[in-house]
Amino acid sequence: MTVRTARERRLLPALAGVTVLLVVASLLVGGYGISLSGLFTDPAQLEMFLISRVPRTLALIFAGVAMSVSGVVMQLITQNRFVEPTTAGTSQWAGLGMLLILITWPDAPVMVRMVFATAAAFVGTLVFLAILRRVRTRGPLIVPLVGIMLGAIIGGVTQFLAARADLLQSMAAWSSGGFSGIVQGFHEPLWAAALVAIVVWIMADRFTIAGLGEGIATNLGIDYRVITLLGISGVALCSGVTSVVVGFIPFLGLVVPNVMRLLLGDDLRRSLPWIAIAGVALLLACDLIGRTIVAPMEIPASVIMGAVGAVAFVAFLLRGRQRA
Amino acid sequence: MIAIEQVSKRYAEHVVLGPVSSEVPAGGITALVGPNGAGKSTLLSVIGRLLDPSAGSVRVMGHDVQATKSADLARIVSILRQENRLEARLTVRELVAFGRFPWSGGRLTFGDQQHIDRAIRFLHLEDLADRQLDALSGGQRQRAFVAMVLAQDTEVVLLDEPLASLDPKHAVAMMRELRAAADDLGRTIVIVLHDLNMAAAFADRILALKEGQICVEGTVDEVMQDAVLERVFDTPVRVHRIDDRPFAVFTP
Repeated sequence: MTVRTARERRLLPALAGVTVLLVVASLLVGGYGISLSGLFTDPAQLEMFLISRVPRTLALIFAGVAMSVSGVVMQLITQNRFVEPTTAGTSQWAGLGMLLILITWPDAPVMVRMVFATAAAFVGTLVFLAILRRVRTRGPLIVPLVGIMLGAIIGGVTQFLAARADLLQSMAAWSSGGFSGIVQGFHEPLWAAALVAIVVWIMADRFTIAGLGEGIATNLGIDYRVITLLGISGVALCSGVTSVVVGFIPFLGLVVPNVMRLLLGDDLRRSLPWIAIAGVALLLACDLIGRTIVAPMEIPASVIMGAVGAVAFVAFLLRGRQRA
Repeated sequence: MIAIEQVSKRYAEHVVLGPVSSEVPAGGITALVGPNGAGKSTLLSVIGRLLDPSAGSVRVMGHDVQATKSADLARIVSILRQENRLEARLTVRELVAFGRFPWSGGRLTFGDQQHIDRAIRFLHLEDLADRQLDALSGGQRQRAFVAMVLAQDTEVVLLDEPLASLDPKHAVAMMRELRAAADDLGRTIVIVLHDLNMAAAFADRILALKEGQICVEGTVDEVMQDAVLERVFDTPVRVHRIDDRPFAVFTP
């Protein structure tokens, strides 16, 4: 099934190489000076490296996997290229879930917060799909518009509740999704993203077929509802965990799968590993830019991602309109 | 082969199909014809378990389509509807390979590859096999989807208007290929056709629906009669014989 083109043979190793370089850079760049040789000679450097840099980099890697894999899964389930957790309202619902637990049980353990955020993301995605089923004209642009509006409403409700509960500051920190606060003992839940990615890869053919539509999926003996629910569960888990640990990362799940789709096509078995790797690379790059351009201050990675992603989103929309 | 028993489909109070009962024999091509909204696609979708009937049952080769596991049914009956995702970024070969999914579960064996190659050759897609679907014309894409269901290697093949968006040349080519699939590969094909004369030229049997009911069914010669067709279509029709084949002309 996999006939690799010359372009793939050249580009994919380059992408892998760039990603490795970005990981190394992420481990070394920052307010506290860390050098490769220092790691072996200076215990203070090593400690800082293990407490701060390694967790931060791991968090970036897993969040990159979480958002890019979530993006492609949502695009296959909705058969729409412009849908991803932040344009479908999934991440906003996760935020709402987090706020509700913050209000009702301020000292809740991270695990509980995560379960709440995931549950809210799951319910929210079901609401989004239910609304889509009732929308008559399912043009390529309508679907993300519905999601963005739904997300805006949920975001508004969250803001309102946060204001009433005097939690606006906590929510502001959340909605600007940054990685500066990530230290040892805080990023571990993000491993869930790796788990989801592996499950999606095992089921890759089923997701690709689901992306061809309910009729073809059923024809090939696949239970479309089961695969949709499975996909939503994975997306909710990824969005929920990412929301609690990092915050809101816009457009990553839109940009990466669409670029990789142009290069590799829709066969998820082939493209998923590269989607995950490219997601990691893009998020690392955004975080590194945010860390360096205003050093010693930081701009959250999500702000950089939002700027890059918004431009890409419009470009994809225009391109999509020409084709449609 | 296909036993349709008292099948009906209602949406709220609106009955779109049935109750209808019929038996489609093994082998050959059966064409479903009839005016718009007669329930042709609905009946086809019920047979192919894409729609659950409101009442009644369908058995394909003895298997109740609602009770049988979908994955098992996918090795017995394949169905292709009209609305297929146009912008899929898969090559023709990748799409056709997914037709083997019910058998392979995703791991293609040498035997699967042979089925894929045969289906591609059968629809004359060799030159397009490595092209992306979204770079093909409507007719070429249609052939790729038909190749996918042929690679699925099911006894029964259900097709909903596969000639839509095909020009006469490609429509005739498609019907010849389906005729060969029935004759050479022994498939039982049920096909919704808009063009009555296409049905008369290539099918063995015609089943005409009207307002959700079976209006008439029989061999091509039995159905292609002035009085019968006027009853089905509610409009004056003359059937002429050209080159010893019936040909319906709707009188202006």
